[in-house]
Amino acid sequence: MALGAQVSAGDEMDQEIFGEIRIENRWYPENPAYPNQSELASGIVFEPELYLESVHGWSFTLVPFLRYDSADPHRSHADLREAYFLLLGEIGDGEWELRLGVDRVFWGVVESNHLVDIINQTDLIEHPDEEVELGQLMAHATWSGDLGVAEVFILPHHRERTYPSRNGRLRSSLVVDDDHPSYEHGAEEWHLDFAVRYSQNFGPFDVGVSYFDGTSRDPLLQPQVSQQREGELVLVPHYEQIRQFGIDAQLTTDEWLFKLEAIHRSDSQNLRFAEEDFAAFVIGAEYTFYSVFESAADFGILGEWCYDERGKDATNIFDDDFLVGIRVAFNDVQNTEIFSSFLKDRHYSTSAFVIEFSRRITDQWSADLELFSLANVERKDVQLDPIRRDSFLEFRLNYNF
Amino acid sequence: MTGIHPSLRSVLWLAVLSLLAFSEVPVYSETLTPEEMGLRIARDTQARGQGFGNITAQQIMILRNKQGQESLRKLRVKVLEVPEDGDKSLFVFDNPRDVQGTALLIHGHKVAPDDQWLYLPALKRVKRISSSNQSGSFMGSEFAYEDMSSPELEKFTYRYLRDEPCGDLTCTVMERFPVNKKSSYSRQVIWQDREDLRTWKIEYYDRKNAHLKTLTLSDYKLYLDRYWRAGQMTMVNHLTGKSTVITWTDYQFQTDLDGRDFTKTGLRRAR
Repeated sequence: MALGAQVSAGDEMDQEIFGEIRIENRWYPENPAYPNQSELASGIVFEPELYLESVHGWSFTLVPFLRYDSADPHRSHADLREAYFLLLGEIGDGEWELRLGVDRVFWGVVESNHLVDIINQTDLIEHPDEEVELGQLMAHATWSGDLGVAEVFILPHHRERTYPSRNGRLRSSLVVDDDHPSYEHGAEEWHLDFAVRYSQNFGPFDVGVSYFDGTSRDPLLQPQVSQQREGELVLVPHYEQIRQFGIDAQLTTDEWLFKLEAIHRSDSQNLRFAEEDFAAFVIGAEYTFYSVFESAADFGILGEWCYDERGKDATNIFDDDFLVGIRVAFNDVQNTEIFSSFLKDRHYSTSAFVIEFSRRITDQWSADLELFSLANVERKDVQLDPIRRDSFLEFRLNYNF
Repeated sequence: MTGIHPSLRSVLWLAVLSLLAFSEVPVYSETLTPEEMGLRIARDTQARGQGFGNITAQQIMILRNKQGQESLRKLRVKVLEVPEDGDKSLFVFDNPRDVQGTALLIHGHKVAPDDQWLYLPALKRVKRISSSNQSGSFMGSEFAYEDMSSPELEKFTYRYLRDEPCGDLTCTVMERFPVNKKSSYSRQVIWQDREDLRTWKIEYYDRKNAHLKTLTLSDYKLYLDRYWRAGQMTMVNHLTGKSTVITWTDYQFQTDLDGRDFTKTGLRRAR
């Protein structure tokens, strides 16, 4: 059991409490594009985790999330990241697992565009890199054995994507009115979505195939007249019913990693609101030089190509983009790491540059510094043009208990 | 860590052991070449470690730099014996707190590279990682990954050097040479007492044959009347002056662990 705040809750239950408190400061050096946007945003994040384990074999995990942000009231938000019961048992040489409640599930292997990952909604307001996810209510059954891992997800509730408010940075030119989303299906956010996944590893090959049928996690943003502000146009998120087939694979050799993610999505509309089924993929490779210059540090270089056959009508920015990146892990006592990537669109002049530096200070404190920068944003690049002035530098101080 | 509890590969070695039980001490006949004697000692060591089934234990690591500054690591270790292949191990980190809950799953192999997966709890992501980081530092300590991995018989070739006193005991001293070209060592010199074949000291020599590190083991305890485990392991790096002390606690043998706890699904719920 954890060595943190372990408390004995009687003979029947083990209990652990741990988590993180984070202080963040984000600085946008360029003048804002819209009135009342700030150049500085300070915030605090609290993300504790409670874990209970019964001697009878089940456990319960609870992870609330709270953020206060000084600049954007939408970014001050709370979420239930996880609140689930885990039950498990044996079947022959294999096992079954059942997770009931709110949980997060990640599928995929690449760094740039998480195409295959579809169970959870993106907590976009947390970070434009779309890495942070909202908790999702689910029944998640797993069978695991020599023949691989089969998983079934029943998803009874849909979460809306989070967007910046009128005064927040990184917003679109028209404000997203996420109080009044629309749904293709009459059951709205209570449509019963469904997903399955099979995964297995064959020697150096790890591969997964998945299928999703339900409410899209990616909304179409439709311009409409605001219901609150007369005469103002806003973007209203519209969530369609889609079907998506996905595959993700990684080949791990001594120094090389080769990665693939590909999807085929049906019944969705493109950026011009026309029905268009499409395929998209990301292929990538990463090479690592271990113990460079007789030091303990590992130095990795990676490249990825993101392609979406809808081209400029794609609903995300990864229509035809290259990413190159470096990763340095110093493998020192402070676990110092640097990750940097450069993303370039092949249709537009737009490019994005990110560099992240992280380092442990003590057993409980660590710090991160991140630069997120957009350059040469083309006016015609409708998805990135609105945030052309929103490059930022962020400092995070983390306390883990 | 499997580093000090080598497990057996095959019932064959048991046969070797039972033959040896009838022979007179010294068991290592002078008619054998030093290489044959070295291999025989390594086989005997494996034979004695066989049959442990599985182990759980806690590890406390104290990292010290040249100036004497200390840093603490805490982790829990689970090992599953896989007689026909390499052992499977699971490490779950408790300290430093920023890596709390991070878990590493290793499927060891006799000759082929090990399979490794890392679980990152903040991202809920299981990542397959390369096992080419053999020579890399384990958690910033003076232990390399290859020092922590299970010393399968096939991973080295051996050469017996001599017998000499070590404390109150008599030790067999032999060299072993890593088969893997990615190992950062040209050779290791290992001291084992003749009675119980416990390892007391290992000297590590780098590719230029410079004496890089020394590991000393102490506080041995006997479990299940059969398996010796060191309570403390100290690794000193002679080039940097840094050292790492590992203290093992809460050893438990033959728990209810099985193969299911050492899968990617098991890794996802490792605690």
